[in-house]
Amino acid sequence: MDGGKDIPPLPARPDGGQPKVGVDSWVASYEGRREQGRGGPFGWLRYELLRAPRPAFYAGFGVLAALLPLVTSNGYVIRVGFDTLLYMLLALGLNIVVGYAGLLDLGYVAFYGFGAYAYAMLASPKFGIHWDTLLVIPVVMIATAILGLLVALPSRRLLGDYLAIVTLFFGQFFVTVVQNGNRISFLGMTRHYDITSGPNGIPDIDNWNLGGLHIGSLDGYYYTALVVFLLVLGAVYLVDTSRTGRAWKSLREDPLAAELMGMPVNRLKLIAFAFGAAIAGLAGALFAGLNTAVFAADFDVPTLIIIYAMLILGGAGSLGGVILGALVVNVSLELLRTPDHATLIFYVLLIVALALKMRPWAWLAGVLGGTLALGFVVHAIASSAWPRGVHGDPTVGGNLGRALDHWVLHPSSPRVIGNMAFVALVFVVLALTLMHGWRQKLALVPTLYLTAFVWDNRLVVEPSITRLILIGVILIVLMNARPQGLLGAARVEIV
Amino acid sequence: MNWNLFVTELVAGITHGALYALIALGYSMVYGILKLLNFAHGDIFMVGAFIGYGLMTVFGTPDTLTVNLAFLIALMLVCSMIGGGLLGVMVERFAYRRLRKAPRIAPLITALGVSFFLENAAQLVLGAQPVSYNSYAWKNSVLWTKGFTLPGNVHVGLPQLIVVVGAVVLMVLLTVFVQRTQTGKAMRATSFDQEAAAMMGIDVDRVIVVTFFIGSALAGAAGVFNGLVYQQTWPYMGFQAGLFAFTAAVVGGIGNLPGAVLGGLLIGLAEAFATGYLSSTFQQAIVFALLIAVMLVRPSGLLGRAAVQKV
Repeated sequence: MDGGKDIPPLPARPDGGQPKVGVDSWVASYEGRREQGRGGPFGWLRYELLRAPRPAFYAGFGVLAALLPLVTSNGYVIRVGFDTLLYMLLALGLNIVVGYAGLLDLGYVAFYGFGAYAYAMLASPKFGIHWDTLLVIPVVMIATAILGLLVALPSRRLLGDYLAIVTLFFGQFFVTVVQNGNRISFLGMTRHYDITSGPNGIPDIDNWNLGGLHIGSLDGYYYTALVVFLLVLGAVYLVDTSRTGRAWKSLREDPLAAELMGMPVNRLKLIAFAFGAAIAGLAGALFAGLNTAVFAADFDVPTLIIIYAMLILGGAGSLGGVILGALVVNVSLELLRTPDHATLIFYVLLIVALALKMRPWAWLAGVLGGTLALGFVVHAIASSAWPRGVHGDPTVGGNLGRALDHWVLHPSSPRVIGNMAFVALVFVVLALTLMHGWRQKLALVPTLYLTAFVWDNRLVVEPSITRLILIGVILIVLMNARPQGLLGAARVEIV
Repeated sequence: MNWNLFVTELVAGITHGALYALIALGYSMVYGILKLLNFAHGDIFMVGAFIGYGLMTVFGTPDTLTVNLAFLIALMLVCSMIGGGLLGVMVERFAYRRLRKAPRIAPLITALGVSFFLENAAQLVLGAQPVSYNSYAWKNSVLWTKGFTLPGNVHVGLPQLIVVVGAVVLMVLLTVFVQRTQTGKAMRATSFDQEAAAMMGIDVDRVIVVTFFIGSALAGAAGVFNGLVYQQTWPYMGFQAGLFAFTAAVVGGIGNLPGAVLGGLLIGLAEAFATGYLSSTFQQAIVFALLIAVMLVRPSGLLGRAAVQKV
């Protein structure tokens, strides 16, 4: 610096708000945005949350979940809580296979079912065996892991697409075998043995009995499930941060590079597969212990797809995402059962989604107002020109139902017209994804009204089908719009 | 030897095998070009079957059909092929196209979602109860009383004949299309190396759309064929049919069109003979065992070339 005395100072940069040459304005303003993000109470909270270690979140979740039976004594709520924990456990196992190792395991529910049936056989009057649960659990988990290895081995040379078909087939095969397992004979040459009781399922299964500690109540099962889940979560977290966990993720990102680094790619994949299967087996034992009866139909494709939806929604590869995904999907599927709740949530979600996605605010107000106005206009026209179109009963009770009855058409025979509207809605929504700008926003108005019409007249009437349709839609939309899910990290595309 | 049982199962196996082959061709074509297992393919088969059924009901109930049967069947076939093909193109455009560059698992999960959506949307709109083509009742069961008798006193009705002949005709047309036309050449080139094909001026997007259309049209035709012979049509029928056809494609060598046909026939025969000679509940187990055996012995399928796996 001393030698620079003679050098005239650099001329001042021409200022005019222009970014410096060679520096992207977005990058240049990084620090400012960072500070801004820290401002305000929520910004500060957000910043601190991002910095907190992950196990702190899991512990926080455990504490919150443990409070549930203290807050409510409603058996139904606790039952839903137990199911949610069970789904979290299942999604956790699937997360290892799909999220870490990147394998498509479509026979995952078969391992779940295998665990449930194995527990049922080792702790029920079926064969007169009543083992202690502390003994059954390791047996079940090891047996399921070995079964997983056996399924994956034939396709080890081409793990990937072939694994998907073999496991899918295995899942179907499992259901068929269990359904017909009451008269199994080897190629018709031996006498018929009854192994699984076939379609009747195995009833009267013992409750969990942990070395003399009998778990009989629903609350007890809820806490057991919570403890089991937290233990498995901890184990998975440790594996995740271990050498094996890093290896899994690296081979998911780039198998070729992983192999060049000397990783035993196929062995790692098989380990992941067996690990996931063992967790599913454990979940099955928990399921059988609470329900005290197992049926093959519980372990069919719909359950599989629901677990996949949870995993994908939360974000494959993210442990927090697993918790969030299972929570959101299972609770919303439960809420769908009662039309009143379902309708309220449907409209709230619709408006929230619009509010989050639609900018500027003027457009949002325009679209919402336009939809409201359109509804009243259509209703007014229909009540004079097509009286049968408004004479149907609203499907929802209460104030919301009465309000909606003045806005949405409720035809007296909604089935056929509702079906046609549903098909039309699918096409309209698809067309909407092709439009841009003001056209899209304009087209959104009638689409929203059509959605409300289909929902009120058809979807809310058939909740059991609607939930499955929604699961399919979640998978398609998420994969196309946000493949990393709610909490997953966006994958960087390496070209 | 019981000739009657043997020939019955042979006929059943060939008929079912022809259906599986038709569906498997679509799987194989799509896999050959996109390397995507299109789980929704079986459900396009289901939609094709329902389109055929819907057209039939336009002309009355099965007992009161007044229209010329040859015309009706041809119309059902053409419409279900067009309908199925358009559905396939839509699925490609809206569900798969954006995911071509995504990690391999993303389009697979999307395909699962599409399949699940189609099945349940069909159940919502069409109801869960199976509907029946009831081709036995068409004009005093003229379709089934005509036909010919094979040794072993096995009667083969016209529907079975239509299915086998129709499937063969469609396969021959497909082969001619793929081997002799310019689009077919573009398809083969794209399947061989998509980037190189694009550099040679082939419109890859168009080729993919054509592939989806043709493959799905074959599945739609298979849906009508299935209804003619086996009558029952219901929203979840696509799953099992898709699974078996898929296995057929893998057994024959996925991506290989003659392999898909061979695999379809093998699966159909294995299923029929397992039903006849072993147990009617465990055909699935037999087909699964066949799949595992092929994977162990020839992982690339019976007619597939050993793929150079770039792990």
